[in-house]
Amino acid sequence: MSAELSTMDNLNQIGTDYKYGFSDVENYIFKSGRGLTPEIVTKISHMKNEPQWMLEFRLKALALFYKKPMPTWGNTKLLNDIDFANIFYYIKPSEKQGTNWNDVPEGIKNTFDRLGIPEAERKFLAGVTAQYESEVVYHSIREDLEKLGVIFTDMDSGLREHEDLVRKYFATIIPANDNKFAALNSSVWSGGSFVYVPPGVKVDIPLQAYFRINAENMGQFERTLIIADEGSFVHYIEGCTAPVYSSDSLHSAVVELIALPGSHIRYTTIQNWSKNVYNLVTKRAYAYENAKVEWVDGNLGSKLTMKYPAIYLMGENARGEVLSIAFAGDNQHQDAGAKMVHVASNTSSIVVSKSISKNGGRTSYRGLVKVYEDAKNVKCSVKCDALLLDDLSRSDTYPTMEINDQDVNIEHEATVSKVGEEQLFYLMSRGLTADEATAMIVNGFFEPFTKELPLEYAVELNRLIKLEMEGSVG
Amino acid sequence: MSNKNALLIINNLHAKIGDKTILKGVSLEINSGSVHALMGRNGSGKSTLSYTIMGHPKYEVSQGDIKFEGNSLLNLSPDERAKLGIALSFQYPVAIPGVTVLNFLKTSLKSVLKRDIPIKELRPMLKAKMQELEIKDEFLSRYVNDGFSGGEKKKLEILHLSLLKPKLAILDETDSGLDIDALKVVANGITSLNKEGTAILLITHYQRILNYVTPQFVHIFENGEITNTGNHELAFKLEEFGYEYFAKANPLASTNSTKEVNYVS
Ligand SMILES: Nc1ncnc2c1ncn2[C@@H]1O[C@H](COP(=O)(O)OP(=O)(O)OP(=O)(O)O)[C@@H](O)[C@H]1O
Ligand SMILES: [Mg+2]
Repeated sequence: MSAELSTMDNLNQIGTDYKYGFSDVENYIFKSGRGLTPEIVTKISHMKNEPQWMLEFRLKALALFYKKPMPTWGNTKLLNDIDFANIFYYIKPSEKQGTNWNDVPEGIKNTFDRLGIPEAERKFLAGVTAQYESEVVYHSIREDLEKLGVIFTDMDSGLREHEDLVRKYFATIIPANDNKFAALNSSVWSGGSFVYVPPGVKVDIPLQAYFRINAENMGQFERTLIIADEGSFVHYIEGCTAPVYSSDSLHSAVVELIALPGSHIRYTTIQNWSKNVYNLVTKRAYAYENAKVEWVDGNLGSKLTMKYPAIYLMGENARGEVLSIAFAGDNQHQDAGAKMVHVASNTSSIVVSKSISKNGGRTSYRGLVKVYEDAKNVKCSVKCDALLLDDLSRSDTYPTMEINDQDVNIEHEATVSKVGEEQLFYLMSRGLTADEATAMIVNGFFEPFTKELPLEYAVELNRLIKLEMEGSVG
Repeated sequence: MSNKNALLIINNLHAKIGDKTILKGVSLEINSGSVHALMGRNGSGKSTLSYTIMGHPKYEVSQGDIKFEGNSLLNLSPDERAKLGIALSFQYPVAIPGVTVLNFLKTSLKSVLKRDIPIKELRPMLKAKMQELEIKDEFLSRYVNDGFSGGEKKKLEILHLSLLKPKLAILDETDSGLDIDALKVVANGITSLNKEGTAILLITHYQRILNYVTPQFVHIFENGEITNTGNHELAFKLEEFGYEYFAKANPLASTNSTKEVNYVS
């Protein structure tokens, strides 16, 4: 119990520090120039000593990035404000990659210390990869996982050490031409996690990665690939936080999950980007027969988030779940949702999406449910609840259904409500201040999400929400 | 007859919702530890009075004052009033989905008592009270009033108040919707609260609860003001003759010009 509590304290501090943002003195070995050219892409690939096929993949992707139009959905105004020429595409923070805490450079360590990472690691983590800028500088994995044959490493090392596996699966779920930002990521990707779980292995402790962006105007383009072999189980968790900067940063990740027959992947994210970050992420999973994939996705912070975790139910009896929350405050737009594609028969999916807007913030649910023509006995349920904290805020739902078969059972339910004056009064009459009461109502609203999180993440999330609520009620 | 040392002094209170005046000159004094019953027709303004004492933002005080321990409450928010030692048991307790009863009670006690009681200490405390009120253990992990039966809600209100131990408890129809056994249990809860020093303002439609919780004063509330005040006897009379009798027997009561209280014995 006391171990738990001291970690909770650490996590609480994450919230406190984050609120005001902090940034370390920039101390990098290599920082690419601003803007994006084939030369920069080639240089990134060379610096990483990559095989020729990866360089070619990157260059093809770059050509696609130039050609592809901006998405025409989401927030097109904000998207068109992005100045691609004014972004650093690659920063290498230090020469060598630490494998234990002592090897991590001092400045970076300070940042991690403030984030409570080593504490957290001792108590909870199976392995930690924390992404500092583009390159993973700190990485460790529990020995027994290694013995089981579980690979949990950063994507760059994954490519070096497990080239065959990477080559077999990389970009097979999300090809470079999928969308403009997938193309961008494919050409300049750096860092991210590579996970492989051998057949039948159940990883009983979540694998955790901690991400931050630190340099101003620095794009972060991590690339994550998780392969759960037949009958295996893995829970991967990432939490993100970023210091506050005055000009805009771009985060554009690609995450691919492959759940082979009978396996189960749960992927949990809580992203709390600072409020100038563009968070444009492509996440997609394939679930083969009897496999299950769950995206548990929390979106706080950022200026604009566009993220629609997708699950393709490829084999019979595959199941998919997306459970997401979004929180939008002043000058923030969370455009999030889910895509469920039922390719095979007897597949089922559940989407639960909850959003909160305050101070003129905007949330949108954008979802797709698609059922292939010969997919029989398909079940799908979509539930979106939006909570508005004031009259300035806004929430919209954009559900799309493409159903090509009759044998389908789809439920769709959407609600929009306002925090009730009666709820506030009830809580306040029992001693809670207006802010405390609002935070409690909001935490309750997010409870179906929070209860799926490991304790320390739930505590952190509740804490962040409390901070977000400060001064929210007049 | 004004007693400067009274716990609560309401003087000529007028309150409105929007343009609609609902309280039309309420005057009432409650001493520490005393029990007052307030009875009145549906829609006469009893809940409005309790909301106004607690500081509901919808109700605007247009005239008069509410003093608690000598200080006006009018500029205080509901949580500040709660921290002074006032608590309201709601006629219609509000559901807070996703928030467990335990979390709610813990947070509320932390705010009001200014002490964060560790779960280890809180649980046995709760357990004892819950046994008295015949509330099942699993209640603590349910969401506040979410899907509760009417009686369960009322029990939670009394549980909460008995933990807060306020100086003044306003019980708005806490006896409504309770079965016969639950009524006894809740009445015992109220009595022990009172024994520990809490003054009670008991709003009710039924004489029955007053058999368990004996009031020193019974007030009849009519059209936004107190029209009659008496002792326990008044409640029996009311039950026998109905509100109409009092309206007729006291012509003053049917106008809103009087601020005098009519004693009936
Ligand atoms: N929000 C509101 N808007 C308009 N009228 C209101 C509002 N709230 C209360 N009222 C009116 O004020 C009057 C008093 O209501 P109140 O709830 O105080 O009565 P009550 O004495 O508690 O009745 P009951 O015994 O039925 O609980 C009623 O006519 C009611 O319709
Ligand atoms: Mg009422």
